[in-house]
Amino acid sequence: MPNLRFTEKPLSDWMQKGGEYSDVVISSRVRIARNLIHHPFPILANMEQAQDVRNQLTEVLSNQALQDLGPFEPLLLDELEDVDRQVLMEKHLISPNLLNDSKSGAVLLTDDESVSIMVNEEDHLRIQCLYPGFQLQEAWERATQIDDAFEEVVDFAFDDRRGYLTSCPTNVGTGLRVSVMLHLPALAIMNQVGRVLSAVSQVGLAVRGLYGEGSEAIGNIFQISNQITLGLAEEEIIDNLHSVVLQLIEYEQHARSRLLSESKLRVTDRIMRSYGILSYSTMMDSKEAFQRISDVRLGVDLGLIDKASVTQMNELTIMTQPGFLQKTFGVKMGSGESDMYRAQLIRNTLSNVNVQD
Amino acid sequence: MICQECQVRPATLHFTKIVNGEKNEFHICETCAREKGELIPGTSGGFSIHSLLSGLMDFDSSSKGQLAGQCSEDVHCEECGMTYTQFRKLGRFGCSSCYKTFDNQLDPLFKRVHGSTSHAGKLPKRSGVKVKIKRQMSDLKQELKERIAEEEFEEAAHLRDEIRELEKQISQES
Repeated sequence: MPNLRFTEKPLSDWMQKGGEYSDVVISSRVRIARNLIHHPFPILANMEQAQDVRNQLTEVLSNQALQDLGPFEPLLLDELEDVDRQVLMEKHLISPNLLNDSKSGAVLLTDDESVSIMVNEEDHLRIQCLYPGFQLQEAWERATQIDDAFEEVVDFAFDDRRGYLTSCPTNVGTGLRVSVMLHLPALAIMNQVGRVLSAVSQVGLAVRGLYGEGSEAIGNIFQISNQITLGLAEEEIIDNLHSVVLQLIEYEQHARSRLLSESKLRVTDRIMRSYGILSYSTMMDSKEAFQRISDVRLGVDLGLIDKASVTQMNELTIMTQPGFLQKTFGVKMGSGESDMYRAQLIRNTLSNVNVQD
Repeated sequence: MICQECQVRPATLHFTKIVNGEKNEFHICETCAREKGELIPGTSGGFSIHSLLSGLMDFDSSSKGQLAGQCSEDVHCEECGMTYTQFRKLGRFGCSSCYKTFDNQLDPLFKRVHGSTSHAGKLPKRSGVKVKIKRQMSDLKQELKERIAEEEFEEAAHLRDEIRELEKQISQES
């Protein structure tokens, strides 16, 4: 029986903690891709081979070094209900790819959900560490320790010249993808977000929406990550992203203080309207919800509203998504219906005023 | 409006196609669109990073001429059976041995994607020991060649001994 605790709470424990620059940086993520030697990559593996990889990788979890860094609890994707898999994706604990295309997929989770290790995604092993706020270095240190602990007991595909071998040529070498999730509402209000982000892509970093590859930027949330994985050391990759993100934080903070000094009344009006709409609507699609939540979040960060909290907004961002709605209300819903349930859930959350931070 | 292709299902995709200056309007259903191979916005399929990569790999056959392209396409990986054509189409390797099999084609690809062709980061702790020694050995061998070319045989003999020592270490490791 799989443990359902992971799909019941919207916010992972790690999300409750805050972290540096958490008014702009929602979370920092490090992902390392690794493969076992002498096993075909998941794209070519048959059921038996995929199962074999999954067994090997879940068995080594009892190893002492991995116990010390975890402990990890394995969830096998084929033992989960559709809705639970969807919720894991909405919480960023698994990728859309693992959800849709994997054979014998699994995710190994720590209790606070700050580490999620995907098995049989595009690569045999994807070690992912998620930290709140701007903590790339911390996330990397944890991930590399977990990598070492696995390497004590399994043989990774590694080549003298090419480094760690991955299924996709875009990950070869370090297999490292570092990314931060940024909330940039002030830059968006001032119509500067396009300009800033196109500059980011010119220095070799990728900009994506909330759910990674191919997803749209909604609610002024952007994911910035490295593209290059070969020819640079891990520390260089992290430093590069770190310095660019520091700049973005500065731009956003500057835009926020300009908003406050130049158009406080207008911004306050926008935030309070959004709060009003969230509090009283009876139907709301997810795109509008994201936008309104973003406005209120900005209001909390600017100290313009005391009726809501950042934790509440983080919670709503996750809870208003299709899988979680279905989970909360226990019914399968069409898109019209889900708009109704979404509005209801938001109203309930906001009226239970429970401001903790 | 009914789909103009099958005349059965309602048309849900409406688009204008301009081919060689000739403008055509289409009103078709999703099923027919898929059959005709139209790219449907907002759905997966159609386009991915991997199809982009195969675009990057195409250039070597065009620049080196037909012959080079044909030869490399016949290569297939001994361990997983993937052919170079498949690799180009999928944009992904089938197993770790593919890297050795398609080695000749990879430098230009990695250069384009990463701006570099060799790893400069972390080494695995266990198997990495050997890699470190190998890196050291290839440096020494290079130096040895240079010494011999400059007829500094005493130095060269010294280097040869060092290389032998490292070779011993490697055989002990394995």
